[in-house]
Amino acid sequence: MTEVKRHRSDTKMVPVPSHSIVPERDVNEIPVLETRHLGIEFGGLKAVDDFNLTIGKTEIAGLIGPNGAGKTTVFNLLTKVYEPTSGAVLIDGKDLHGMSIVQASRLGIARTFQNIRLFDKMTVEENVRIGLHNQIKYDMFSGILRLPRYWKQEKRQHERAMELLDIFGMQDLADEVSGSLPYGAQRRLEIVRALATEPKLLLLDEPAAGMNPHETEELMENIAKIRDQFQIAILLIEHDMSLVMGVCEGICVLNFGKIIAKGTADEIQANPDVIEAYLGKRREGGK
Amino acid sequence: MIFLDNLINGLSLGSIYAIIALGYTMVYGIAKMLNFAHGDVIMVGAYIAFCGLQYWGIPPVFAFLLAMVVCTLLGITIEGLAYRPLRQATSLAVLITAIGMSYLLQNIALMIWGANPKSFPTTFINGASLHLGKINISSATLITILVSIVIMVLLTLFTSKTKLGKAMRCVSEDRGAAELMGINVNRTISLTFAIGSALAAIAGILLCSSYPILQPTTGSMPGIKAFTAAVFGGIGSIPGAMLGGVLLGIIEIFGKAYISTELGDAIVFAVLIIVLLFKPAGLLGKPMREKV
Amino acid sequence: MTKAKRKRLIYNLITFGLVIAAFLILQNMIATKSISRSLKGQLVPICSWIVMAVSLNLVIGFSGELSLGHAGFMSIGAYTGAIVSGWLLAAFDMQDTTLRLVLAIVAGGILAGIFGVLIGIPVLRLRGDYLAIVTLAFGEIIRNLVNVLYVGTADGKLQFSFLNKNLPENVTMLVDGAKGAVKIKPISTFTVGFVLIIITLIVVLNLVNSRAGRAIQATRDNRIAAESMGVSVTRYKMMAFVTAAVLAGMAGALYGLNSSTVVPTQFTFNQSINVLVFVVLGGLGNVLGSIISATFLTVLPEVLREFADYRMLVYAVVLILVMIFTNNPTTRAIANRLFAPIKNLFHGKHKESVGGGDAK
Repeated sequence: MTEVKRHRSDTKMVPVPSHSIVPERDVNEIPVLETRHLGIEFGGLKAVDDFNLTIGKTEIAGLIGPNGAGKTTVFNLLTKVYEPTSGAVLIDGKDLHGMSIVQASRLGIARTFQNIRLFDKMTVEENVRIGLHNQIKYDMFSGILRLPRYWKQEKRQHERAMELLDIFGMQDLADEVSGSLPYGAQRRLEIVRALATEPKLLLLDEPAAGMNPHETEELMENIAKIRDQFQIAILLIEHDMSLVMGVCEGICVLNFGKIIAKGTADEIQANPDVIEAYLGKRREGGK
Repeated sequence: MIFLDNLINGLSLGSIYAIIALGYTMVYGIAKMLNFAHGDVIMVGAYIAFCGLQYWGIPPVFAFLLAMVVCTLLGITIEGLAYRPLRQATSLAVLITAIGMSYLLQNIALMIWGANPKSFPTTFINGASLHLGKINISSATLITILVSIVIMVLLTLFTSKTKLGKAMRCVSEDRGAAELMGINVNRTISLTFAIGSALAAIAGILLCSSYPILQPTTGSMPGIKAFTAAVFGGIGSIPGAMLGGVLLGIIEIFGKAYISTELGDAIVFAVLIIVLLFKPAGLLGKPMREKV
Repeated sequence: MTKAKRKRLIYNLITFGLVIAAFLILQNMIATKSISRSLKGQLVPICSWIVMAVSLNLVIGFSGELSLGHAGFMSIGAYTGAIVSGWLLAAFDMQDTTLRLVLAIVAGGILAGIFGVLIGIPVLRLRGDYLAIVTLAFGEIIRNLVNVLYVGTADGKLQFSFLNKNLPENVTMLVDGAKGAVKIKPISTFTVGFVLIIITLIVVLNLVNSRAGRAIQATRDNRIAAESMGVSVTRYKMMAFVTAAVLAGMAGALYGLNSSTVVPTQFTFNQSINVLVFVVLGGLGNVLGSIISATFLTVLPEVLREFADYRMLVYAVVLILVMIFTNNPTTRAIANRLFAPIKNLFHGKHKESVGGGDAK
């Protein structure tokens, strides 16, 4: 592996009661995410089983694992796209049990999607404005009758959307139809849109997929920047190990729906189980 | 005994719905489109049989075969000319085209046969009736039920045993993968339309044997109801279409007999709505989970 | 002002401008009696169909759900309008026809809206083709129910009866079962129709360009993503559905009060399909397109009256050909190449600026 540029300050990770580690600076805060024995079965198959993870208030965490390990399923459980068949998810100490996707979102969880899901007939700015839906509000009648509140809130939405787009320098693209953007820009727009909902926890599903090394490097800087600026936690799924090792403080490795390792980047890289999961079992006695 | 009479009438009407619904459901399963012109193919089939019997004086069996051949060719033509160019288009565009096709068939029929209702000759079928104790089953009813049972059995065998039938199921499962496996998708879709349209011809003849009024709009309402039946049973599912059709026929006859004659259709549709609320993919349909 | 906003403003100005200009020209033609009788008779229906098409476009084009029962809401409006107008005349001797018309239209809208809510609750839980078939079913149920509805006035009071004509002796029938709404005093005017179109345009265009409207469109483009952003999909689909129902009810009242009778067979499934055709040919999400196609396709069969035998045939063929040519990839590519020079004239050449750093 070529030399990895690190964006994580060498955080000290400390253990918490739920068999996880969080950055030392977050240890006295309520963890933004805590899962307890989380699991889901699809027709008898345990896609995710006994998943326990705690993420600190301002932590950047990584969720890695081979293809089909159940990583996206975990995201779908956290955001209530799927209802878990066992265990619990706590966002900022509040149990998500029985909540809808919308309610989970209002509690402060936002995500991007592995297969990009933009509102592709709408413009870039409109996409971000959907993210602002519950942040800057006015009712339907103010909108139809163009009452003063409409103008005031529309102006606020526009300004806020532009501020957010500026994170990735995308202001110039505001009027483009989002479906016509290049791939990388669409991924960045998804992040901006998710940030617009003012989440406490941001889930990124393979944010660097399809990006070249230069773009990935830029993305890594931006992820760190977003955390510092918004003081939120970020959990990301990623196959690009330079990004994961470069930016994540705590890393969780999933294989066949189960956690096989948790720890810092250095610990994970040295873990024999992880190496086995990625490279396959070395044959006993063989060469 | 009225109850049993109604049940048999319901079965008979339901069998016709089931045959029409099979055409809808097969086409939907394979081409993922709602073929609104299907109801009008029924009407064309009935008119051809009518002409054969009334004007050309050919024996009933040949008149029916002729109707089936014409409808089969019609189905293939419609698919090739109007639907094939739209394989990549949105489902709404295909739907509107199908609606246009429905208007077209109705208006061609209007030009050829005029707006006046024709009385479908039923003498060939009214030979005898079956007496079972106090129940009296007319031969039209009996033939309808028997024919539909034969069709269902044949169709089930065809889709499960033959190579072409398996190809059809493949295409409906995953068109892209079927293509990669060397299945000729266009030909399979044509075949589906051919079968569906031949069934429509049979349905048209059976329908007009029981309800012998023939006019250019004859196919519309049975078409809509059969479509409802297909959705009721779970669209795309062949057993679902059969079940849906039969149940719908029974519900309609019972609704008319015991609740209100005028509200028969409303009852049918109300039952459909209630079923869909509890089983959103129909009785035998597989619920689809969106991949996230 | 941003580019997108400017484009929208121009679009809205053209839409309103065309409608107002058409109204003024037609009014002038009526005043100078230079309008044919058949066209004059078509003016109010055209207004109704425009409102129907624009409102259905809100459901199909903006919220992305296929509704096949829009004529059902229209019939609710038409019947309510006829009943309210007849009752106002009988009970209050209200001779001011414009006021009666306006009240009837409002009532038609409200009742259709109530039905919109009742139908929307179950319907909007379903998706795609299943939703379409259930709207179709509701349309047919409504038609069936009005078929057995009997309403009359006796001594200034409304009398209702269902399934059988169980009304007092001295009743004046307003709705007579399968005979429909009878003895209506036609009071609809082109001016009121025009105002209704303007109201519809204000509601629909302002709605789609607001927070709620964006939420409606987001649920269309990607349901899961919209929910993940905290947008309640059911709420906004409902909003679009009910708004459209109210507008269709108002259009129905206008339409119903334009003639002396309204019969249930006027609002069949085929009528819903007709409106759907207006919407699709005009372009999904294109309000101006809906207006133009509704007008054109309402007038066309009248113009083709000389070829009475062939007009529906021609209509069907045109419909199929238009759909194939606008949706087939090959024909579209040819059309794009032919029209490219014209398009460039209008749009300039800003298309290339999209890339940013991601061209690779």
